[in-house]
Amino acid sequence: MSETPAIELRKINKSFGPVHANKDIDLVVKKGSIHGIIGENGAGKSTLMSILYGFYQADKGDIFVDGQKVTIPDSKAAIAMGIGMVHQHFMLVDNFSVLENVVLGAEDSQLLAGGLTRARSELKRLEDEYELRVDPDALIEDLPVGLQQRVEILKALYRSAEILILDEPTGVLTPAEADHLFKILEVLKNEGKTVLLITHKLREIMAITDTVSVMRRGEMVATVETEHTSMEQLAELMVGRSVLLRVDKKPAEPQAPVMEVSNLTVTDSRGVQVVKDVSFEVRAGEIVGIAGVSGNGQSELLETLAGIRSATTGVLKINGETIDLGTSTLDAADMRDKSMGHVPEDRHRMGLINSFTEYENSILGYHRDPAYSKGLLMDLSVIKKNAVDEIEKYDIRPPNPMLKTANFSGGNQQKIVLAREIERDPEVLLVGQPTRGVDIGAIEFIHRRLVEMRDAGKGILLVSVELDEIRALSDRVLVMFDGRIVGERGANAEEGDLGLLMAGVDTNSKSLEGGVQ
Amino acid sequence: MTAGQLPRWVDLGLIPFLNLAAAFLVSGLVVILIGENPLEAVQILVWGSLGYGEGIGFTLFYATNFIFTGLAVAVAFHAGLFNIGGEGQAYIGGLGVAMACLALDGIVPWYLTLPFAIVGSAAMGAAWAFIPAWLQATRGSHVVITTIMFNFIASSLMVYLLNGLLKEEGSMQPETRTFEDGGRLPFLNDLFPSFGFGYAPVNLSLFVALAACLLVWLLIWRTKLGYEIRSFGANATAAVYAGISPVRTIVITMLISGGLAGMMAINEIMGSQHRLLIDFVTGYGFVGIAVALMGRAHPVGIILAAILFGMLYQGGAELSFEMPNITRDMIIVIQGLVILFAGALEYMFRPAIIRLFTPALKAKEA
Repeated sequence: MSETPAIELRKINKSFGPVHANKDIDLVVKKGSIHGIIGENGAGKSTLMSILYGFYQADKGDIFVDGQKVTIPDSKAAIAMGIGMVHQHFMLVDNFSVLENVVLGAEDSQLLAGGLTRARSELKRLEDEYELRVDPDALIEDLPVGLQQRVEILKALYRSAEILILDEPTGVLTPAEADHLFKILEVLKNEGKTVLLITHKLREIMAITDTVSVMRRGEMVATVETEHTSMEQLAELMVGRSVLLRVDKKPAEPQAPVMEVSNLTVTDSRGVQVVKDVSFEVRAGEIVGIAGVSGNGQSELLETLAGIRSATTGVLKINGETIDLGTSTLDAADMRDKSMGHVPEDRHRMGLINSFTEYENSILGYHRDPAYSKGLLMDLSVIKKNAVDEIEKYDIRPPNPMLKTANFSGGNQQKIVLAREIERDPEVLLVGQPTRGVDIGAIEFIHRRLVEMRDAGKGILLVSVELDEIRALSDRVLVMFDGRIVGERGANAEEGDLGLLMAGVDTNSKSLEGGVQ
Repeated sequence: MTAGQLPRWVDLGLIPFLNLAAAFLVSGLVVILIGENPLEAVQILVWGSLGYGEGIGFTLFYATNFIFTGLAVAVAFHAGLFNIGGEGQAYIGGLGVAMACLALDGIVPWYLTLPFAIVGSAAMGAAWAFIPAWLQATRGSHVVITTIMFNFIASSLMVYLLNGLLKEEGSMQPETRTFEDGGRLPFLNDLFPSFGFGYAPVNLSLFVALAACLLVWLLIWRTKLGYEIRSFGANATAAVYAGISPVRTIVITMLISGGLAGMMAINEIMGSQHRLLIDFVTGYGFVGIAVALMGRAHPVGIILAAILFGMLYQGGAELSFEMPNITRDMIIVIQGLVILFAGALEYMFRPAIIRLFTPALKAKEA
């Protein structure tokens, strides 16, 4: 125990204006360990790591690296101290090769050639030592995300990082890729590196970390040995109360189809087919989940059905009406008129206008409803009353319809969108990533509302990259890979089975694909 | 009270005041550099613009122009469009006013001509904005580029028309004949002699401008169309998600914007010059951008900013008359500084003021 810790933080404080993002944070990270930091969105994890990596300066408090008291004015200083960071969104130049990306910013000389040769041999050494195999001459844009992440890790190691910070590293990975990442982290640990893993996924914490620290509302509420804790205990620490990780629901009682999609093909602006000949149906009273790693056509599928994106070919039957999507010019407003609600995948980009007040956002897309107008002008009293009702029903906090939606937390923003779409009582609801970036308390609530809607006899199409969510909510699961639906499973699908399908491995020919797991 | 929020009076009162103060402080330094007394200069400027009836009249006359062009820019702002073409749209708007006045001035009194002049100017201004709008909406040609190019086309077109078709027969001047009484708006000095506006050309268009402010406010914050315009401007992706057509929104917004710019011609042509002439817009369209920026694209802010710029115009003219060292260009420098501090550097003092107010806010919460 006398060994000096890799990192020690003492009484770190950081405020942004009146928001106290980090309050008296103490943290000790043992050398050669995998240390998880878990917490809800807005708990202050990212702020803390940004202080460690030199993006922000702490207002108060001391940082010790290897027992030395240090100040970290910028990320350059952090790198010099052996701290490397793998960002959630990769910092790679897409049309550069792996080698060029690794060298970028550490060229060592004015002429590139010498540095590149040196880098090539160093990269080879790192690959052998840590089993991080990537073709150094491949272009980043040709690599799957799992490999891109590997390049990020190589970048950090190339800069002789001893301490590696990974920010939500598995968000974009398939289960198989995530498992591979964990193996890499194990190797790094065995080689004596220290890994700091930031995540809000309890499963990962349990699977990989040695020690876990839990943050809540800017405070460090606990640090425990992973083997002496449980998911339930961690969840309780994160939220401050016990939560239900499973969704309580009765078996579905599906009736007639409310939405039928046949032979849908969508081509994106680059001319690439992103949805390929997809057909399926959603019946009243069931939740159909679409599982898949992000970027396999689910987003485009959802947007096309919602009337935002145009299809190349395909027919949509909704509530008995047949629409040829290849030729129709229906927009999102027309689809809403056909009783289709849409909770978009990205609430910041699409679902909300963050500079608008809550009550203005509560009618986005439904603002043409005559109920909200009095003559030429909008009837603000009716709109506000409606907003107040939704706030009450969905426990949106703070309960202030005059507040801009930018000032609500992620979970409450999502509730605003859900309230808006669900309360119009559509026959079909398209839902994309309903709980992305949402804290556990709100997840529970959102899941319950969706199941209630299903039980009321509505059809729900759910797209999510969270396999746990798909499995918890769906009555049927369709798996999308490379624009196609590659398989359908029932409500009790095995996680491993789905994972393989998501990775594009047909379970029937599993034996031929030795490479995956 | 949430993150970074300040009391309203600070946000809407103190910060603009500090910005203005900074602008005048720097202007004062410039005045010192050219060897004049800045306090005296301020005195002349304020006296010249607000000190006596006629000065106030001129200030309000200029302000009327700025309200129209400021509103034009502001409406486009709300849709995320930058309409730089107010200059050309106002110029072409003059055609609409002139056509109404030339046709009706000998037949009916001014109050029957006025509605036609309003419709005519708005229609011509809107028409001039239509092509850039259409190109932006359907082809993605940037409206900043196209509207500014349309200013040049407008200028050439008007010179052509005023040298030919519209020129009074036998006249050497590139302008139309002077309107009869039926094409002249009453001067405020004639309506309210007690104010003593004297020879200042401030006229009934001021009330048209104020009515336009009210209508723009209603449009932007109280109608479905305004909601769609603001949605599109704040987040175009979300607007499409909400079923708002980008093409329709861009075109309609630009038509309204161009129409408002065109209405500026009522003040100049029907209110003051009583004939259509070359280059009557002289920069009011461009200053409208500064007015809209400073007025935060809100009609009330635009009225205040328009009066400020009216003061700078009128007081500046007096100043260059009283202090020959301070030329017309110096006045433009001061205007530039106001735009710089109030528009571009709007948030310069904000972080410091938030720091200043944070302990006080916390104390209040506790």
